[in-house]
Amino acid sequence: MIRFLFKGLIRDRQRSLLPAIVVAAGVTLTVLMTCYFTGVIGDFADFSAKFSNGHVRIMTRAYSDNMSQMPTDLSMINVNEILAVAKKDHPEMEWVMRIQFGGLLDAPDEKGETRAQGPAMATAVDLITPGSQEPDRLNLTDILVRGNIPDTAGEILISDDFATRLDVAPGDIVTLMGSTMYGEMCFYNFKIAGTIRFGVSVMDRGAIIVDLSDARAALDMDNAASEILGYLPGGHYIDEQAQVVCTDFNNKYSDPADEFSPVMLKMTDQSEMLKWYMQIMNKMSFIISFVFILAMSIVLWNTGLIGGLRRYGEVGIRLAIGESKGHVYKSMIYESVLIGIIGSVTGTVIGLLFSYLLQEKGIDISAITKGSTMMMPGNFHAKIIPEAYYVGFVPGLFSTTLGTMLSGIGIYKRKTAELSKELET
Amino acid sequence: MRIIQSLIILLVTVPVWSQALTGKEILNKIDENMSAENRIITSKMIIHGPRSSRNIEAKSWSVGDTRAYTEYLSPPREAGTKMLKLEDQLWIYSPATDRTIQIAGHMLRQSVMGSDLSYEDMMEDPKLIDNYDAAVTGDEMIGGRKCWLLELQAKTQDVSYQVRKLWVDSERYIPLKEELYAKSGTLLKRTELYDIKRIGQRWYPGKIVFKDMMKTGDGTEFIIESIEFNVDIPEYLFTKASLK
Repeated sequence: MIRFLFKGLIRDRQRSLLPAIVVAAGVTLTVLMTCYFTGVIGDFADFSAKFSNGHVRIMTRAYSDNMSQMPTDLSMINVNEILAVAKKDHPEMEWVMRIQFGGLLDAPDEKGETRAQGPAMATAVDLITPGSQEPDRLNLTDILVRGNIPDTAGEILISDDFATRLDVAPGDIVTLMGSTMYGEMCFYNFKIAGTIRFGVSVMDRGAIIVDLSDARAALDMDNAASEILGYLPGGHYIDEQAQVVCTDFNNKYSDPADEFSPVMLKMTDQSEMLKWYMQIMNKMSFIISFVFILAMSIVLWNTGLIGGLRRYGEVGIRLAIGESKGHVYKSMIYESVLIGIIGSVTGTVIGLLFSYLLQEKGIDISAITKGSTMMMPGNFHAKIIPEAYYVGFVPGLFSTTLGTMLSGIGIYKRKTAELSKELET
Repeated sequence: MRIIQSLIILLVTVPVWSQALTGKEILNKIDENMSAENRIITSKMIIHGPRSSRNIEAKSWSVGDTRAYTEYLSPPREAGTKMLKLEDQLWIYSPATDRTIQIAGHMLRQSVMGSDLSYEDMMEDPKLIDNYDAAVTGDEMIGGRKCWLLELQAKTQDVSYQVRKLWVDSERYIPLKEELYAKSGTLLKRTELYDIKRIGQRWYPGKIVFKDMMKTGDGTEFIIESIEFNVDIPEYLFTKASLK
């Protein structure tokens, strides 16, 4: 019977092609939007992870309690050993050391005295080791405004707005004044290699990026770092996976009684604000996806409903020539299921294809976010998730079939005695 | 009988005498001990950080609360660093970078070398009587010595600590303990003074323990290794040229 119905659908395009196209279009949109909303949340998470939080972050317990203050005096010592065990236990992840610290950036006049100065928020990353992924991770090439990325020790990147405020340019020498890991006052001269623009006011106000080796020399942090960041394979944050890594590490190496023992926190556990934000974004994404799927379900249900009503005459003839009502009803549902499956499979494939393109290319929103005071990415990407492979079947298959089932109820209300009269009109 | 009479006289007169001293008079007596026209101090700071302790030695020359010059003597990383404070501006010379960096405003309230002292704490010698109104609010025993409890309210808004509580030795007129508060009532710092000794006509502590209540660690011991009051200090010391 299915073969018979399938042949009928292929031969009668009026009956099959349009509904299948509508279903496929609806499913394509459903899959694409689900992937896109998931991707947007992922991009927020990835942006935060790349710049400051990592997917997981190892710190001392004391540092984790005060991390918003960037207390370098509470940094990890013997950090190479900690990094080695993290790499050994989770070789599939990428691990990097970072130092975040505050200080005063001072630009001298010709006598070497203060000409201009301002508070700086420094991030120390591995800039100059050949093969380091950090410049790419921070997207430094794209955000470079003037000069070049540091390639030797003693060079820094400074936010372009900050450079303008201090009236300094690539090639100029500036002095960073801060305090070492042990609280001593420290001064360190840097040459400005280039200026960068994050597109986020909070960072453009006073951010500088220095090489890890320079930060260690300046802050007296030999074999020490304030943080080790870990990135999950695939580069996307997955909460459950991060939790497993954290639990494993903390059970093995963290001592709650020792404030200087290392502790690993997943991204959403590092800040209440970030946790709240991710929860809100997840809920929003769920609500938007749900509303969209519901809307598509109604549209496709309507398609099924109209399809059933449009075939009023055909059903009448079939009943008039002796086909039972149950058989007609069943055959219409089977047809609807077939259209639903064909449309959903086609729509899912097309939706995944578009999602893949958006996942790779993304949508550039940097022009919209310019001047934002919140740290957010300039590009939003889609993300193909396992749910994307079946979410389109909800509106595509079930709603279409349900519509047909509802419209088909009318078949049972047709009276055989009146069929000839109905068909005459 | 004479002994009883003497005891009665003593019991009656001592409270009358003590009540007669106002907060202002006590502040004056504290300033006579603690403040000077100028002074030269060689000091050692032992900073008890959360992980370890470290020592910093320095020599300071100061005139009132407007001019001060400090040179760090050790450890090697700090040696040669010099600070000059004129009014509310501070210049720091770093030999490692051969730079003179100016600090002003709220930065003067930052920690010196990671200690529990701010630049103002370290480099100023203000007279309390000029900046505060005082009231005697009670008495307490500190280290076996009777102390007046003084509560000081700032006369102006531009002082670092709007409220101070002082436990002042009732015989030597030197604070043995002090609590420094913000305008909001938050306790910012606590200091304890030890090894009170006679230097010329004044009583002066040999060691002050500072505890910044906003910082981790076990406080900073400020040990005075030598101190001279009202000596000649050459004027050129208070110029930027003296930094290099």
